[in-house]
Amino acid sequence: MDISRQKAEQETLQRKSIGFWIYLMTDCVLFATLFAVFAVLRPGTAGGPSGADIFDLPFVLVETMVLLVSSFTVGLGLLAARYGYKRQAIAWLVVTFLLGITFLVMEISEFRHLIAEGDGWQRSAFLSSYFTLVATHGLHIAVGLLWMLVVIIRLIRFNFKHTDLGRLSLLSLFWHFLDVIWIFIFSIVYLMGSLS
Amino acid sequence: MITTVTAYFFVVNRLLPTEALIYIILILAIIQLVVQMVFFLHIGRGSRWKTLTFVFTLLVVLIIVIGTLWIMHNLDYNMMHMSPDEVHTYMEQHEGI
Repeated sequence: MDISRQKAEQETLQRKSIGFWIYLMTDCVLFATLFAVFAVLRPGTAGGPSGADIFDLPFVLVETMVLLVSSFTVGLGLLAARYGYKRQAIAWLVVTFLLGITFLVMEISEFRHLIAEGDGWQRSAFLSSYFTLVATHGLHIAVGLLWMLVVIIRLIRFNFKHTDLGRLSLLSLFWHFLDVIWIFIFSIVYLMGSLS
Repeated sequence: MITTVTAYFFVVNRLLPTEALIYIILILAIIQLVVQMVFFLHIGRGSRWKTLTFVFTLLVVLIIVIGTLWIMHNLDYNMMHMSPDEVHTYMEQHEGI
């Protein structure tokens, strides 16, 4: 590959990364509005349960740890890919994928539990906003997992290319971003909710 | 991760009065945000555009969250301590509606 083409590719990658970054920022605004809605509607329990009644903190702590570890492993995967260790990169991505699935399953089982107890989103304004906020994050996680699967399959099936590294770095950016959002959900929704 | 666990134990064991706990949680969350931003998302090391859009987004987010809480708290203060019937009589007596 001649140098000018390499340079052009580098530039495309940089442009893509900025575009994706701007998407992440708009996503940030989306979550900010959902947080604001949650904060406003939190006292509106309509005689139903409040956060302190329904949250199972140890369970959510484990959930949080799973997500935080997965954020770490995706970083390791990216590092491995950067140094050209394809096998290691795939292994770390698979670990991340499994952790992500675990997180999603835990979250869904929590939702199922709440709905089975009659505390679904129809119960009160508080629960509506809670489900909207947490499930929006869960939906992002699900999309991220799908994307991760595509990246893993591409890495396994095809030769490692320059563009794969770009894709992988965007994925890792997305994953870290979801992690940051979850830290705020954990702090504001669960920890503060259990105080009231 | 350490800050998450710290916040968790503060809350579970209720080491402090509720008011102080809320501040502790928020401060720990923000510390973690900064750590993540610097080490994983590489703020300030990439292009200038990234930092610029990030700061702008931070501004928008703060306006949305603080603005919403402020306005809704005001509304709450003005009205929602009363039931709808009470609001009705209040308006008849004080506003002449």
